[in-house]
Amino acid sequence: MSDLFSKFDPLIAQREALLSTGLTDPFNLVMEKVESPTVAICNGKRTILLGTYNYMGMTFDPDVIAAGKKALDEFGSGTTGSRVLNGTYSGHRAVEQALKDFYAMDHAMVFSTGYQANLGIISTIAGKDDYIVLDIDSHASIYDGCALGNAQIVPFRHNDIEALEKRLKRIPEGAGKLVVLEGVYSMLGDVAPLKEMVAVSKANGGMVLVDEAHSMGFIGEHGRGVAEAQGVIEDVDFIIGTFSKSVGTVGGFCVSNHPKFEILRLVCRPYVFTASLPPSVVATAATSIGKLMHGAGKRAHLWENSKKLHSGLKALGFTLGTEQPQSAIIAVVMPDLETGAAMWEALLEEGLYVNLARPPATPSGMTLLRCSLCAEHSSEQVDEILAMFGAAGRATGCI
Amino acid sequence: MDESDAIYGRVKALVDTFNKKGVPVTPETRFQQDLEWDSLTVLDFVAGVEDEFDIIISMNMQAEIETVGQLADVVRKLAKD
Repeated sequence: MSDLFSKFDPLIAQREALLSTGLTDPFNLVMEKVESPTVAICNGKRTILLGTYNYMGMTFDPDVIAAGKKALDEFGSGTTGSRVLNGTYSGHRAVEQALKDFYAMDHAMVFSTGYQANLGIISTIAGKDDYIVLDIDSHASIYDGCALGNAQIVPFRHNDIEALEKRLKRIPEGAGKLVVLEGVYSMLGDVAPLKEMVAVSKANGGMVLVDEAHSMGFIGEHGRGVAEAQGVIEDVDFIIGTFSKSVGTVGGFCVSNHPKFEILRLVCRPYVFTASLPPSVVATAATSIGKLMHGAGKRAHLWENSKKLHSGLKALGFTLGTEQPQSAIIAVVMPDLETGAAMWEALLEEGLYVNLARPPATPSGMTLLRCSLCAEHSSEQVDEILAMFGAAGRATGCI
Repeated sequence: MDESDAIYGRVKALVDTFNKKGVPVTPETRFQQDLEWDSLTVLDFVAGVEDEFDIIISMNMQAEIETVGQLADVVRKLAKD
């Protein structure tokens, strides 16, 4: 009998080699206690959280928590059913209404995770003989949505407007075209030139889907994302988002003005064949989304934090993913996985948690220490973070 | 595949520009096992072939192509359509 697990041997060997040096496993951290959106206890130690995408710090908002508790009491712990059978409660309708209000759009469809939102929408709307044109650095959920469907998949070089246009022009006459873009690319924290890309897509007859997972709540005048900030949200056909970042819970969604959008509830398999979100989760999400509509002060502070961390890390001598801060993600580029893992551990010992990101999640085989800022990080915490980066960087020879 | 074939010649010339390790290239050369390009090199190479012949080679088609000769066959078919 051949062992089906043999294919994982190279990864098992790489992992064992890394851990045999005595390093803490960067993919096995346990948070024993969480004190706030910015502080947790890890290995018994107070740790500043700088890798949780909790951009707006809503996870401990008293109104959000109260809404969740009330829903638990009134509707129970779970729906035990699909949205199209017994799994739609008034809370699910309420959170979809909150999304329609937030984005000023006609339709909103809530999925159990953001991953499933991409999986469901992409695989369902692009069928056989249609073309999906997507940025090569797209998130795994976008690629998996492509893999679940039957469309022809055509990638183009990251953020390259001309490469997108060339491919659109070569697609056979009459074929359906879906262009899939992201507002903020989560690995390097860079923003897409949506203004130009949406224009090029529309001029060539494509429908446009933009994943705004990492921009909701703080980019754009109303926090609707990069498409809003660049003035093209009216031309975007579908916006995909998540509750697991700025909203501070779990779940995914698609909002759209397409007149036939509601039919997706019957034909989208990752929506139909799974249980709906628990009542407490949709209640916390709806409350959080409502509050994000009035978060201008928090947004401004988040941008200050992002700018301060970016310039501070640059001054310390680190190589960063973007020349200027473009989002609340600051990626520190590491020379290799070993150094990255050592630096990650040194930071944890200092009392700082960041994400260690490595291939295949990262572009061009890079190892990254990905930092995501929170509107609840105080300016003093950012100073602390910079001091920890300085100490860990010197200890590991990174700077 | 005849090595004097015109389309094969143009495809091979493009392979050569990305063949940094100097692997000897024949119609039987395999992209994955012999050339061992990373994903970004594959993207740039495919874009180069697409531009040269003004065609689209989708990821679905790429998954079926193992050798340089097979790629030339696919290009010939697509360029004709």
